Amino acid sequence: MATYSSTVPVQVPKTGQGGGGSQPPAYGGGGDSGRGDGYPDYGHRLRRARLGLAVLLAPIFMFFISIVSAYVVRQGLPTLDERTNTYVRDWIPVQLPLALLLVNTGLLAAGSVTAELARRQITRQAALAPVRSIPGVSLGQESGFPWLAVTVLLGSAFLTGQWMAWKELANRGFYLATSASSSFVYLLTAAHGIHLAGGIVVLLYAATVSLLHKPVEARRIVVDVTAWYWHFMFVLWVGIFALLWFMR
Amino acid sequence: MVAQDAHAHAAPQGFIRKYIFSLDHKVIGIQYIFLALTAVFVGMFLSLLMRVHMIWPTAVLPLVGEIKPETYLQLLTMHGTIMVFFVLTTAPQGGFGNYFLPIQIGAPDMAFPVLNMLSFWTTFVAFVTLLAAFFVTGGAPLHGWTGYAPLSALTNSGPGEQLGADLWVTSIAIFCIASLMGALNFITTTLDLRAKGMTMMRLPLTVWAWFITAILGLLAFGVLLSAGILLLMDRNLGTSFYVPLVVVNGQVMGHKGGSPLLWQHLFWFFGHPEVYIAILPGMGVASQLLSTFARKPIFGYKAMVYAIMAIGLLGFVVWGHHMFMSGMSPYSAFAFSIMTMCIGVPSAIKTFNWLGTLYKSKIRFQTPMLYAIGFVSLFVSGGLSGPFLAQPVLDIPLHDTAFVVGHFHLIMGVAAIFGMFAGMTYWFPKMFGRMMNETWGRIHCLLTLIGTYCIFMPMHYLGMAAQPRRYSQFTEVAYLQHLLPLNRFITYAAILTISAQFIFLINLLWSMFKGPKASDNPWEATTLEWTTATPPPHDNFGGHTPVVYHGPYEYSVPGAPKDYVMQTDPAQVAAH
Repeated sequence: MATYSSTVPVQVPKTGQGGGGSQPPAYGGGGDSGRGDGYPDYGHRLRRARLGLAVLLAPIFMFFISIVSAYVVRQGLPTLDERTNTYVRDWIPVQLPLALLLVNTGLLAAGSVTAELARRQITRQAALAPVRSIPGVSLGQESGFPWLAVTVLLGSAFLTGQWMAWKELANRGFYLATSASSSFVYLLTAAHGIHLAGGIVVLLYAATVSLLHKPVEARRIVVDVTAWYWHFMFVLWVGIFALLWFMR
Repeated sequence: MVAQDAHAHAAPQGFIRKYIFSLDHKVIGIQYIFLALTAVFVGMFLSLLMRVHMIWPTAVLPLVGEIKPETYLQLLTMHGTIMVFFVLTTAPQGGFGNYFLPIQIGAPDMAFPVLNMLSFWTTFVAFVTLLAAFFVTGGAPLHGWTGYAPLSALTNSGPGEQLGADLWVTSIAIFCIASLMGALNFITTTLDLRAKGMTMMRLPLTVWAWFITAILGLLAFGVLLSAGILLLMDRNLGTSFYVPLVVVNGQVMGHKGGSPLLWQHLFWFFGHPEVYIAILPGMGVASQLLSTFARKPIFGYKAMVYAIMAIGLLGFVVWGHHMFMSGMSPYSAFAFSIMTMCIGVPSAIKTFNWLGTLYKSKIRFQTPMLYAIGFVSLFVSGGLSGPFLAQPVLDIPLHDTAFVVGHFHLIMGVAAIFGMFAGMTYWFPKMFGRMMNETWGRIHCLLTLIGTYCIFMPMHYLGMAAQPRRYSQFTEVAYLQHLLPLNRFITYAAILTISAQFIFLINLLWSMFKGPKASDNPWEATTLEWTTATPPPHDNFGGHTPVVYHGPYEYSVPGAPKDYVMQTDPAQVAAH
């Protein structure tokens, strides 16, 4: 009868400063030469990508908050009126095309919903991938609803709507340099739009990556991070819209 | 790009992939160092022209010709911009940090190697864009590295303020993007790629410094980017963020209602963390080297870590001390002044801990150690004039005088540079497999130390005697005549000190090819980079992942067989 007994005393390294804490291996399952058994640890890579996204969102936030603080201060800043030689408030509230902007907000919210659905869809696909590789196993539908493509469409529709809002502002006489308030409106919406366009480019990359047959776990990481980025862009837009409307 | 496996790229083949568009953090680190080396010699040449002009204003110089007042302003603008951005923010962090952060934490590369490569080449594009300003119509901008509006926001405010200033702002905006990419990499790598056993409180202080510096950069450069974009809009699109109603040469400009103070707030909100970005890596290197060469653990490791964090945190709430003369409320000035004085506390903690590390130690006076000790000396000298300037009342006579110039040059222009010299001589054996020449290193260290003290110490006196900064000529100003001999002395010292830098350059370049071969651990240091081959292989550790058992400063441990215990040494040592 086989008995198992440990003849090697387990030694836990406990010396040095900082206690004897240890980190799990950073890469690979098993072995200590990188990939180990040859299967990359996608769970860890996902966490790393999400960490990278969180770090990326901090400077984006700082960028927008600095413009918002400039907006708030400028709104209350009196300027010299050269004709009367007195200080007056020269903040002209911009006549925003509210209905159009609300529609755009709805489009972006819908885009957030579809992005989340795409994220969950590919998470399920990634979780089921090992099962799918078992010969003889079928999991039914191989391709679900193209939530990713719909998100790209909704995002593009949002940007088109923003462009239309700019045209309407111009029709109402508010150009970039018309007043301080109009400058901020164009600046904030343009900056947000550029960041959103970046997100669309990454989504298109995710779509093409899928065509290049990268493993679904790798695609999942891209879609996951982009979906979270999309949610951040939506919340950011709500904040910008609220600022421009309620503090117009 | 986001989901790169850190070591997924095999060793590259071909010259382009190996040396130009390399994804290897070691190559990228060396690229940053050579970029900074180029930038520092350009910047030094500009400062030489400035110093020569100050005492011989009518001289016609070879290659440059006569330096007119506006040319002087262009020189100082580009000198400041090149030095602050392309030397002090690239070499300590992007150069040494890129090379050694992954190795010191036991990782095979940075978290996002493609992003790393992009961050270097974006910095390069920013550098080329900036240098292009010299060659366009009108030349380089003349609004100072601080770029105050409305001078910088109007295209007709002076020579160089058209295309040259646009190139300047564009270069800085591109640099912001590059720095943010780099910061992202550093933070993610430090948090996520540490080897087994490498807890946060076992990190070398160099890694802590790079980590906190990256956080500072992450939060500050976004604000500079927004400031730059607003400036570009004011200059080219007719907006009035920074420009009030102004008249230039009798012509009413189309701007109205803007605030020059907005630029100052946005710029200095970035600008103050920026100077801590410039100095913190040098502090990390100093801590590392003082401990290694004194064969003694760093005094108060935990205090050092918390001090770095405190300096980083406090650095965000003191920007107003650059604006005491802007007409701000005295209550705001009071608040900023108090916070600025508070920053002196963690800085002093670090300084006393450095001294405590040296106390009763057996110092090995090799060249890296000499630079590290020089760093402490210069940090104290430059830092002590800070609390002077932190008093609004004292800032009234001292603002925009040579006193300020002496203060920030001693700290940034010399102490931080000594941090780079120290890092270079210390890590040279690991990077290039050879040793730098010890004798010439000592000569260079001594000449530079004495020379820079001769240049910048007298500036405190000059400032108190009311010599203004950024003035192109004062040889004909009556109340400044008695300061001319001292200015001449400074210029001669500058000429000699700049000449001495060629000793370092020649030592560096010669030793890269002809220096004596180095062993894997010539300094008998404990951190992870000294456990691997020289130079390190492509994945840093030759196929195996290190496991860490000790902290980074296990020197002269009682009961240990040697006077140092490597971090990866599994031997148990009695608790001490």
